[in-house]
Amino acid sequence: MPFGFPRLCALLIALTLLLAGCDSTGDAPVTVKFWAMGQEGEQVQALLAEFERRHPDIRVRVQQIPWSAAHEKLLTAYAGDALPDVFQLGNTWIAEFVALRAIEPLDARLRGWPPAARNDYFPGALAASRLDGQTWALPWYVDTRLLFYRQDLLAAVGFNEAPTTWEDWLQAMARLKTLDDAERYAIFLPINEWQLPVILALQRGATLLRERNQYGDFEHPHFREALVFYLSLFEQGLAAPVGHTQVANLYQEFANGAFAAYISGPWNIGELQRRLPATLQSAWKTAPLPDFAPPTGASGQAAPVGVSLAGGASLALSRASPHQDAAWKLLEFLAEPEQQARFYQLTGDLPARTSAWRAPALAENPHAQAFWRQLQRAQPTPPIPEWERIAQRIAYYAELAARQQLSVDAALAALNADTERILEKRRWLLAREAAQ
Amino acid sequence: MSGLERRTAFSAWVFLAPALLLISAFFFLPVLAALLLSFTDFDIYALGDLGRLRFIGFDNYQRLLHSPLFWTALGNTGYFVAVGGPLSVAVSLGAALLVNARLTRYPGLFRTAFFLPVVTTLVAVAVVWRYLYHPRYGLLNYALGLLGIPPIDWLGDPDWAMPAIILMAVWKNFGFNMIIFIAGLQNIPTPLYEAARLDGAGVWAQFRHITLPLLGPTFLFVALMTLIGYCQVFAEPYVMTQGGPVNRTLSIVLLMYEEGFRWWNMGYASALAFILFALILAGSLLQLRMRRSAPP
Repeated sequence: MPFGFPRLCALLIALTLLLAGCDSTGDAPVTVKFWAMGQEGEQVQALLAEFERRHPDIRVRVQQIPWSAAHEKLLTAYAGDALPDVFQLGNTWIAEFVALRAIEPLDARLRGWPPAARNDYFPGALAASRLDGQTWALPWYVDTRLLFYRQDLLAAVGFNEAPTTWEDWLQAMARLKTLDDAERYAIFLPINEWQLPVILALQRGATLLRERNQYGDFEHPHFREALVFYLSLFEQGLAAPVGHTQVANLYQEFANGAFAAYISGPWNIGELQRRLPATLQSAWKTAPLPDFAPPTGASGQAAPVGVSLAGGASLALSRASPHQDAAWKLLEFLAEPEQQARFYQLTGDLPARTSAWRAPALAENPHAQAFWRQLQRAQPTPPIPEWERIAQRIAYYAELAARQQLSVDAALAALNADTERILEKRRWLLAREAAQ
Repeated sequence: MSGLERRTAFSAWVFLAPALLLISAFFFLPVLAALLLSFTDFDIYALGDLGRLRFIGFDNYQRLLHSPLFWTALGNTGYFVAVGGPLSVAVSLGAALLVNARLTRYPGLFRTAFFLPVVTTLVAVAVVWRYLYHPRYGLLNYALGLLGIPPIDWLGDPDWAMPAIILMAVWKNFGFNMIIFIAGLQNIPTPLYEAARLDGAGVWAQFRHITLPLLGPTFLFVALMTLIGYCQVFAEPYVMTQGGPVNRTLSIVLLMYEEGFRWWNMGYASALAFILFALILAGSLLQLRMRRSAPP
């Protein structure tokens, strides 16, 4: 036997001591653990060489998390006390992580910034990470939804520019439907999404929830009007009653004209440039969302840009992190306009800081310019942890109504009832807080 | 107890201890914790601060029984089990008979081919089947078109989504039961068939009076495992439809997953798990009783 048991033990102990000795040598660099999702996690590594050059005492270890599992992974990491020092958060998740008390407020650190830097963010972006009077995360990139459309098809029905009101769009879509014999829908609206019904409701002036976000307000006339308009797109056959899973290849369908318009986010700029044939590259365009024309008799005009959703992702500091100062340096670095502009080139994610938009790659890109205009008119969704759940119910009832399995009023009443149940705990917590 | 017996008992416990310890730590304890959890409203707020946890007794169970979503999921799961279960057993028995028939050449090849879907990753299978089911370019609709049948939106039509899922699940899973049936068939002594043939029994009579009765225990095993497995259907709808369209493929376990890991309503999801456990237990007992009371 080459190793007796006692000798093996002695060897193991010696090894352990050796490793422990390595670990405690004086000025070892601090390692900051950083979780980022999908593409961002892959591409951000390219920026970090510069960061580590400037801060030789800090090393960054990036872990890439797929988007589809990100939310669950962050929650389980929190439950298991294994959150990294810095992590990317979808803006709609911030309220949840504040409720969990998992993230550190940043106001004290932000006070060290010149006001010009703080005002450099898109107003909606910084607002989305503020809750209870504190800033909880630093916006990383912004996101909103607007129209991608086939300019050639629209021109064929007599519109040389994208219409700016829904009324004109309805006309254009009706003509698109009868343009030729091809089997075509005017617009692709995934039937199981909540975004467009909510956008239309915001454009109508609906507030979605009421009384400090304690109850649903979906039976309000504003929300009802918006939903009725949304459903009419399906009833008139302008949109196909299909979901995302039934469209095998969105880009192929868009290229062969199976639909002429699609409401989507900035990631599709890159996708369409890559996937559409060269002959079609000058045929597709982006435009801000249309708005509703004011009712006849009222003064004023429709705004040139209709409201859309303010989305995006932010970077947060874990409350339990032992390296918050080093982690904050990483956040500050990624917030620099130059890094934001570089990150756009790497990922196509739109910078949250307006000065980064002066970079030629953005300033000279007409597709991105439509996003610039849209981002001036973007509203966030209600900042409560339960929002995604409620949004899911909106998608569900909108789909039932679009498939005509439920009347509009029944759908809205059920939606309100569901929302009231989902918000029960929130009401209890607020009441308990008020009693204390 | 004599000294010897006591010593034997002691060593038995020592030998059992590692297994018992592991089972307690990784099975009984979590199950007990889940049972306790099902009487609370454990959610995202409670995860952040246990002071925000409420004991709510049987509220979760009551809310479940009054939730239309639960009944939808139960109905869908029942549909899946009632149609998919017998279909899966029938297909695997048929395949086993064919592979095991004396006339079949290369039985090993067919056995492997039929078993392949069982070991293939479901996600890869789902991608391929999504193409097969595609309303415009799908192979299935192309074949129907040749027969003059108008295309069906397999995964998008609320009425067709569940049959589509069942078809895929049966195709994916029948190989496993087939192997068990083949083992059962090969255990039937051939002299029985020879004797039956001498008595002038035809193929059908042989199947009815020899194969089926002697496959009894195999049948029971296969039916029970299929029932338990199909009651827990999750992955197929999860990757194919995410429970849609309009929740027509939402299964109990999918609902449990959504409540527990998507919305982090652990209390509610635990209650759902115990209801599912009770249902499967009741179904299994019923099946065992039916077998026992059946004439030999």
